[in-house]
Amino acid sequence: MAIIEARGLARTFRSRKRTVEAVRGVDLTVGDGEIVGFLGPNGAGKTTTLRMLTTLLEPTAGTATVAGADLLQDPVGVRRKIGYVPQAIGQTMGGTDPNCLVIEELLDQAGLYHLPPDAAARRAGTLMAQFELSGLERRPVKTLSGGQRRRLEVALGLVHTPPLVFLDEPTTGLDPQSRNNLWEHIGKLRSELGTTVFLTTHYLEEADVLCDRVFIIDQGVIAAEGTPDELKRRISGDVVILRVAADQDDAARKLLAEQPIVREISSADGTLRLTVERGEAALPSLLRVLDAAGLTLESINLARPTLDDVFLTLTGRSLREG
Amino acid sequence: MSFIHDTLLIFRRQERLALRQPAWVIIGLTQPILYLVLFGPLLKGLPTTSLGSGGNAYRFFVPGLLIQLGLFGSTFVGFAIIADWRAGVIERFRVTPVSRLAIMVGRVLRDVVTLVVQAAVLVLVGVAFGLRAPVAAVFIGFGFIVLIAVGLASVSYATGLLVKSEDAFAPLINTVVVPLVLMSGIFLPLTLGPGWLQGIARVSPFRYIIDAMRQAYNGHYFNTIMVEGIAVAFGLAVIFLFLGSRVFLRENA
Repeated sequence: MAIIEARGLARTFRSRKRTVEAVRGVDLTVGDGEIVGFLGPNGAGKTTTLRMLTTLLEPTAGTATVAGADLLQDPVGVRRKIGYVPQAIGQTMGGTDPNCLVIEELLDQAGLYHLPPDAAARRAGTLMAQFELSGLERRPVKTLSGGQRRRLEVALGLVHTPPLVFLDEPTTGLDPQSRNNLWEHIGKLRSELGTTVFLTTHYLEEADVLCDRVFIIDQGVIAAEGTPDELKRRISGDVVILRVAADQDDAARKLLAEQPIVREISSADGTLRLTVERGEAALPSLLRVLDAAGLTLESINLARPTLDDVFLTLTGRSLREG
Repeated sequence: MSFIHDTLLIFRRQERLALRQPAWVIIGLTQPILYLVLFGPLLKGLPTTSLGSGGNAYRFFVPGLLIQLGLFGSTFVGFAIIADWRAGVIERFRVTPVSRLAIMVGRVLRDVVTLVVQAAVLVLVGVAFGLRAPVAAVFIGFGFIVLIAVGLASVSYATGLLVKSEDAFAPLINTVVVPLVLMSGIFLPLTLGPGWLQGIARVSPFRYIIDAMRQAYNGHYFNTIMVEGIAVAFGLAVIFLFLGSRVFLRENA
């Protein structure tokens, strides 16, 4: 069952005389219990789409159903059902007041969803334990470490046990340890509670580790979607790097270029770089061909493409740049 | 009712935060008290007829200071919402089912409470210095500044949310507030001034409110000045509250 179903979602901004089409018709379907990643360079329409899906921004065209409620007809219904954790760096921060105490933030947030006081207190206790914040109840938010503060912000988005939570750049700005720790928590949201997670990220590793499915947005439209493995295979292919004796370079190159499984090939000083559909299946036949021609192989290496390669192929830009 | 629940929730949160850092409440109060102590005595030297306050200079001066307190205190509250916006708190709240109007009204309620406490302290200090005015007048005065605070705080929050920058907000507010204060006859009666000044001062709404407050402090409750003052104060509160709420209710702020 789909928990997010968006059709032709678009948003145009008007400034002075210019019209900017930030999002130009996004279609996306997210199933119940999925963890999906939304990737895109800055200015691709990532944040605008997220803001539309979370009722922060009204779409100029298109329709969507989010967590069972119609985005346009019943935005309050959507708000009741979703959790949202704003991104913690940039123009605005992650949503916690530095002068509030940890427990106050949790109880206030519960109040915003009209949880009765006793239920709110119980829920706050559960979340504090779940996100390793126990003992920090009376600490002002400003005294928390970066990782603790981010965990609190994620916990705030979950106060009302929503079936769907949006995480905007959940781990940006965290040190590697805190990032790994937060990944574990996000993974558990789905495995233990069945929560659907929709996250945007700059980190390809994050999408690789966490996400069942990835949407790549570029210039306001979805450029590709699929599991990280599918995307890598479909869009970039695997890379095989072969070393032969320097004088056999040209011969090997000619021979391999004729093979139908080889998509692209380049060579330099005895090193051949091949792009193939499925590396593990291609290796044996490549070896056989070279062997039959009497060419000596010095080394062989199979490299999996990264999501960054996919990204580069699709958008002409590296994610790291943006 | 949901709106009341939400407003009280925001009010309690803001009150709690304000009490944690009472410095601003105290700083806001220091200025009018300084005026009372260091400027007030000068007014005693003026001919009593020019103040129109029956020989008690403080019946003229304290209402002026109350308005000044309300003007500065309420117009600068927008500062805080810029910080809240930057912290992402506003956005976090807007994604919950909380009434978006309550996000503003809860804050305004907190500012009204703060202002009334400050005003009460100011009046008590005034009494210590020699203010003698009817108790009913003091409460009428509070009523006026509550209306001022409701209107100005709403507009200030809306402005803060639109401007989103402290660097732009402070000069903007100063540019608006300082002329209003000067044209309202807070420190000295406008009747002392030339005709052109009295003429342009007619556009300052606070001028009508302060005149009405001074009437009350002198024991005159039923006259045209009073009616004008009440009408202007209510009108101001309603219009500004409406303008402010429009910004908070917009789909994207």
